[in-house]
Amino acid sequence: MYEVELKDENIVCGKSPLITDNVMHYCPGCSHGTVHKLIAEVVDEMGMQARTIGVSPVGCAVFAYNYIDIDWAEAAHGRACAVATGMKRLNPGKMVFTYQGDGDLSAIGTCETIHAAARGENIVAVYINNAIYGMTGGQMAPTTLLGMKTATTPYGRDPRLNGYPYKIADMLAHLDGVCYITRQSVHTPANVRKCKRALRKAFEAAMAGKGFSMVEVVSTCNSGWKLSPVKANEWLEENMLPFYPLGDVKDITAE
Amino acid sequence: MADKEVKLMKGNEVIAHAAIRYGCDGYFGYPITPQSEVMETLMELKPWETTGMVVLQAESEIASINMVYGGAATGKRVMTSSSSPGISLMSEGLSYLAGAELPCLIVNCQRGGPGLGTIQPSQGDYFQACKGGGHGDFHMIVLAPNSVQEMHDFVALGFDLAFKYRNPAMILADGAIGQMMEKVTLSPQRPRKTDEEIVRECGEWAATGKTPDRKRNIATSLELRSEEMEKINLRLQAKYRTLEENEVRYEAIGCDDADYVIVAFGSSARICSATVELAREEGLKVGLLRPITLYPFPAKPIAELAARGVKGFLSAELNAGQMVTDVRLAVNGKVPVEHYGRQGGIVFTPDEVLDALKTKIINKQ
Repeated sequence: MYEVELKDENIVCGKSPLITDNVMHYCPGCSHGTVHKLIAEVVDEMGMQARTIGVSPVGCAVFAYNYIDIDWAEAAHGRACAVATGMKRLNPGKMVFTYQGDGDLSAIGTCETIHAAARGENIVAVYINNAIYGMTGGQMAPTTLLGMKTATTPYGRDPRLNGYPYKIADMLAHLDGVCYITRQSVHTPANVRKCKRALRKAFEAAMAGKGFSMVEVVSTCNSGWKLSPVKANEWLEENMLPFYPLGDVKDITAE
Repeated sequence: MADKEVKLMKGNEVIAHAAIRYGCDGYFGYPITPQSEVMETLMELKPWETTGMVVLQAESEIASINMVYGGAATGKRVMTSSSSPGISLMSEGLSYLAGAELPCLIVNCQRGGPGLGTIQPSQGDYFQACKGGGHGDFHMIVLAPNSVQEMHDFVALGFDLAFKYRNPAMILADGAIGQMMEKVTLSPQRPRKTDEEIVRECGEWAATGKTPDRKRNIATSLELRSEEMEKINLRLQAKYRTLEENEVRYEAIGCDDADYVIVAFGSSARICSATVELAREEGLKVGLLRPITLYPFPAKPIAELAARGVKGFLSAELNAGQMVTDVRLAVNGKVPVEHYGRQGGIVFTPDEVLDALKTKIINKQ
């Protein structure tokens, strides 16, 4: 064993006090862990632990409540934005966010998502888009790219058979109740830092009563994609980002 | 608002008044006939300007019940109302509410089914309310009002029971009770619970924001470890046994000396109370047992009547025969139990029920 004297001024990064000691169930290389860490850091840095309520989805992040040390409700599949609406309307002083995957937010929960956004609910939806259903074993998502092989598109997504992928961020941006829609990623350190800034902006906009925000995180699912973590990051850059370009889709938070 | 007021009101309208006066925190709903007056009345009364109650028209019944789930998860007193097809859409949410043990109030102003069916009254959702209402082993507390006054009173009773047992409660009314106008005494206005009161009373489970003095609270129905999930199920079942032991409510009219007993709930019971009068005029000793709680069902008093020497029971319902199965279980084969019902939104008359009692039971003995 080495004796290391660690001075406070030498600590450049560490585990957020809002991340619990539970061992995460996420696969190595998965984006969820990184996004959890960013949310925990943002909530902590805003001093909002006692005023934040999260809504976890059905999907890989169903157990998000085991990892971030705040109060939570676990929603039925797709209903997170409706659950968050009830919470926020009855607790306007609380910071309410949903954490949802692409199946949850943009397939089964499309209706709840669009109407919460259209009403201008002062909530934040964190949208993990990895173009596949991770929890159920790698089936097609609404966001699965054309040609992409999944458990239910074993020969690749064919638009004549499976329809086209869609960008719900672009759809939501048209709604008057929406103040901030951004598409981020966490596949490089620089992108992690940008994503954290976007989350902070969204949370602040919700607390300022500016309306609905969504932070889409174009993510990896190396298990579902059947790629190593490094290869998955490369695949994301080569295939996901051309169709899901990073950057703000709408931002009227300064108005 | 005055302390006590007597008004002439529709059953649906009174739900809105009763909710505000109870100190309800939030209503989330979606219009459907024959109960749309509930939300219309709330919107007209604008309780957000007086008590601070939130009223929101959702995009669907699915969203409504999940908004209820969100509000209930934070310890607030929240409710929704709908009619049969809308309640079907809420089934998933009801199961999650029961699984996460969240208290809330649901009003079902039943209409005839199946499918889109009719907008006229029915009692065809007895099975749905009492036996299912969603996937998994669970029960809602189910209250059956037979008057506009009971529509009013059961809002408070429903919320009180829901919070006492941390369980969803349903008022199972129908289009007749919802649409008819009657005299009703409104309760005095109660203040809504403050956030501090909610933390004090529901702090062990409600997601009110994690403070350093406690662990984080999580509203969830998920448990993947089978041994733990079975424990949760056993705890739920123990709660239901406690409900069955302590919360059965019913009304008995002329049952003490009755040779024959009609079992009927809600609007049917109103009609059957006239049947009892008609029968008594003819010298027939007929009584009426009216379950007020459909779950927990008053099996014990029915069994006692059968043991005491009642010669037959007629379950009169506006359906094809649903509650009759519970009456048969209670009577356990001792004496005949028959069903009489009308469907499709047709409401039977007191004479019709008396004729059925004679032809199906009395004349056969």
